Amino acid sequence: MPRQPKKTRVKNPSKSGRPPKSARNLVNQKPDGKTLLAMHRDMLLIRRFEEKAGQLYGMGKIGGFCHLYIGQEAVVVGLQSVNQENDSVVTAYRDHGHMLACGMEAAGVMAELTGRQAGYSKGKGGSMHMFSREKNFYGGHGIVGAQVPIGAGLGFAHKYKNDGGVAMTYLGDGAANQGQVYETFNMASLWQLPVIFVIENNQYAMGTSTPRSTAGTDLHQRGAAYGIVGKQVDGMDVLAVRDAGIEAMEYARSGKGPYILEMKTYRYRGHSMSDPAKYRTREEVDAMRKQHDPIDHLRDLLLREGIEETALKQQDTEIKKIVLEATDIALESPEPSPNELYTDILIEVAE
Amino acid sequence: MSNEIKMPALSPTMTEGILSKWLVKIGDEVRSGDVIAEIETDKATMEVEAVDDGAITEILIQEGSDSVPVGAVIARMSGDDSEELGAPSDGGDANANALPIEAKQTPAAAPVTAPEAKKTLIPHAMEWDGAVKNMTVREALRDAMAEEMRSDEKVFIMGEEVAEYQGAYKVTQGLLDEFGDKRVIDTPITEHGFTGLAVGAAFGDLRPIVEFMTFNFSMQAIDQIVNSAAKTLYMSGGQMGCPIVFRGPNGAASRVAAQHSQCFASWYAHCPGLKVVAPWSAADAKGLLKSAIRDPNPVIFLENEVMYGQSFDVPDSEDWIVPIGRGNIVRQGTDVTITAFSIMVGKALEAAEELSKKGIEAEVIDLRSLRPLDIDLIVESVKKTNRLISCEEGFPFAGIGAEIGMQVNEKAFDYLDAPIMRVTGKDVPMPYAANLEALTLPKSDDIVQAALQACYLEEGI
Repeated sequence: MPRQPKKTRVKNPSKSGRPPKSARNLVNQKPDGKTLLAMHRDMLLIRRFEEKAGQLYGMGKIGGFCHLYIGQEAVVVGLQSVNQENDSVVTAYRDHGHMLACGMEAAGVMAELTGRQAGYSKGKGGSMHMFSREKNFYGGHGIVGAQVPIGAGLGFAHKYKNDGGVAMTYLGDGAANQGQVYETFNMASLWQLPVIFVIENNQYAMGTSTPRSTAGTDLHQRGAAYGIVGKQVDGMDVLAVRDAGIEAMEYARSGKGPYILEMKTYRYRGHSMSDPAKYRTREEVDAMRKQHDPIDHLRDLLLREGIEETALKQQDTEIKKIVLEATDIALESPEPSPNELYTDILIEVAE
Repeated sequence: MSNEIKMPALSPTMTEGILSKWLVKIGDEVRSGDVIAEIETDKATMEVEAVDDGAITEILIQEGSDSVPVGAVIARMSGDDSEELGAPSDGGDANANALPIEAKQTPAAAPVTAPEAKKTLIPHAMEWDGAVKNMTVREALRDAMAEEMRSDEKVFIMGEEVAEYQGAYKVTQGLLDEFGDKRVIDTPITEHGFTGLAVGAAFGDLRPIVEFMTFNFSMQAIDQIVNSAAKTLYMSGGQMGCPIVFRGPNGAASRVAAQHSQCFASWYAHCPGLKVVAPWSAADAKGLLKSAIRDPNPVIFLENEVMYGQSFDVPDSEDWIVPIGRGNIVRQGTDVTITAFSIMVGKALEAAEELSKKGIEAEVIDLRSLRPLDIDLIVESVKKTNRLISCEEGFPFAGIGAEIGMQVNEKAFDYLDAPIMRVTGKDVPMPYAANLEALTLPKSDDIVQAALQACYLEEGI
């Protein structure tokens, strides 16, 4: 019997940071200590998880493409901290962090990376293709930009069902040049869909810097022609992200239509594991790490606020344990049974 | 001398129409450009304007008359004797003296159907012994959608001109009135985007029907169909179904040339994760569309514009369902098996009648579903007839016929008494010129010749 990820092991990291039903009056109100700690924990979990994934890739345990989120943690954690129960999330292929922030099990994600039965997609999806209906996470899409109309469709469904949900649709600065993004902006605005387009501008579309690929690098203005409000945010500052998220959420949820958040962020690693990142200097990366690291930033704040160092230590220990256990499961779980080859192609229909 | 005003052809496929209203009476002076009558086709009501100055002297066809053939003289007017205006007697250029102006309902750019000489098609065996109702394929498709929308709130339709325009081909006529604009949604011309959006809505637990004005435009969206709709169930380990129907006219219309005349059966049938159906009769169109809408998987529903106006008996019941994946023997025979789908079924049946006169009894299988393919039905038939002809309108290379041929080769090789043969469209982009287009499209006589060859009776080859 393959070891399955235990449902109870990881608490939904976003839950503790979730605001009350009405997000009103929260902007510019510093979250309480509990919320700050939870966000620190969520970012640290992503960081440690990704570091481990990088190691496992180096050991040949993870195959194919593997896109790490290290450096960008504040974006998804800040935004997911203001998500509500039935909001949906969709993103592209740099997706491990989003899944963890949605409360998906670290073990299930890691086991998918290793292509094992215990993975979220039974090993059939891999790094770029994971989903959780239970957590309203709709992927994990490997085609640049394809998740954007899908996200609008999730927003369409929220509106159609009138369930109050908002579709968080993440895309990168590279995807921001895809045609279907603008087809989507048009429809989302035309039909006032509850969608937040989060452009994670990490400044490099694979190896091409934004100025080299993009005419008009202020990506938050890309919706202006469609009447979509856009805002640029320091994506390395989780509190700024959270504040912007509260504002955008309130806007989209109240029926005013879509909202664009451009998160200025930075990935420390290459585009994928096989990317030597020769298109930027070591100094540039080091400067970001040293001066703008989102986790260090929040950690300093927590300490200034009087949080005991032991509390942070405790978090560190807890996270190490989660990642280790996830790794064990990811390595011990068997590969999918050959019988899985022909399952899940079509849903059987009873005649 | 008076000028004749003739019934105009308002589309290349129109053979007759309803003269719904005269806007002039005898004695009226009209000037070139004046609207003189309203004519209704199966797709639209159009205004007709005079192309000459003069007075109406005679009205030969009263308003309200239906089935007025194109080219029939409908009125006379006094005019300049030096010029004889009007459609030639063969009706081939009936627009000469009365031009349709701005189409109120027919899209100017939309492809149009080829004329079909016969209205009543050879009836075929239906698994139904209840009451039937004669209706067109167009009406059957509309009824299927309306019935499913009534029974499931999650079903909605989106596409270009599906709502206020009532459908570029009137397939969605009346749906906006009944279901409102929440569920019958006009999209911008943005196939890639609205297809992806509909896929997202299907992930979000709705049941979208996406109409492509024609399947040619689905190529803009094929990434979302194949990479997002078809593969996500597998990539999610079975978590994320995508219950969605992509439907619209497929294949050649008439005189709309290469970019608007293509069969996508083989393209989509190639992909695991999709179901692909292509009905011929109205009964199958209705029953299969209802199945497609209820199906938890993405279904490519290939219609044919030329077939929209064809009438068939359709079971008069909301319980009429045709399961996806089953072919239908539409004519029993013993000497040769002919497989076909969509418009080619009619041609195959015509060919079978012709062959019967020559003493060959062909068994005609309407595939109805291309994926899953009812290969067992084909194999059983081949075991009986020992000969197989595959017919399709699309290109031959890697087509549906290639697949059927290979599967029969694998499953019934020992039963074959002759090489499997294909009757297909020619391996060229569809030409515009009428003669070249005719050479490109497969005809019933091509099927007759192929069958004779398979029976080693090579008459006419």
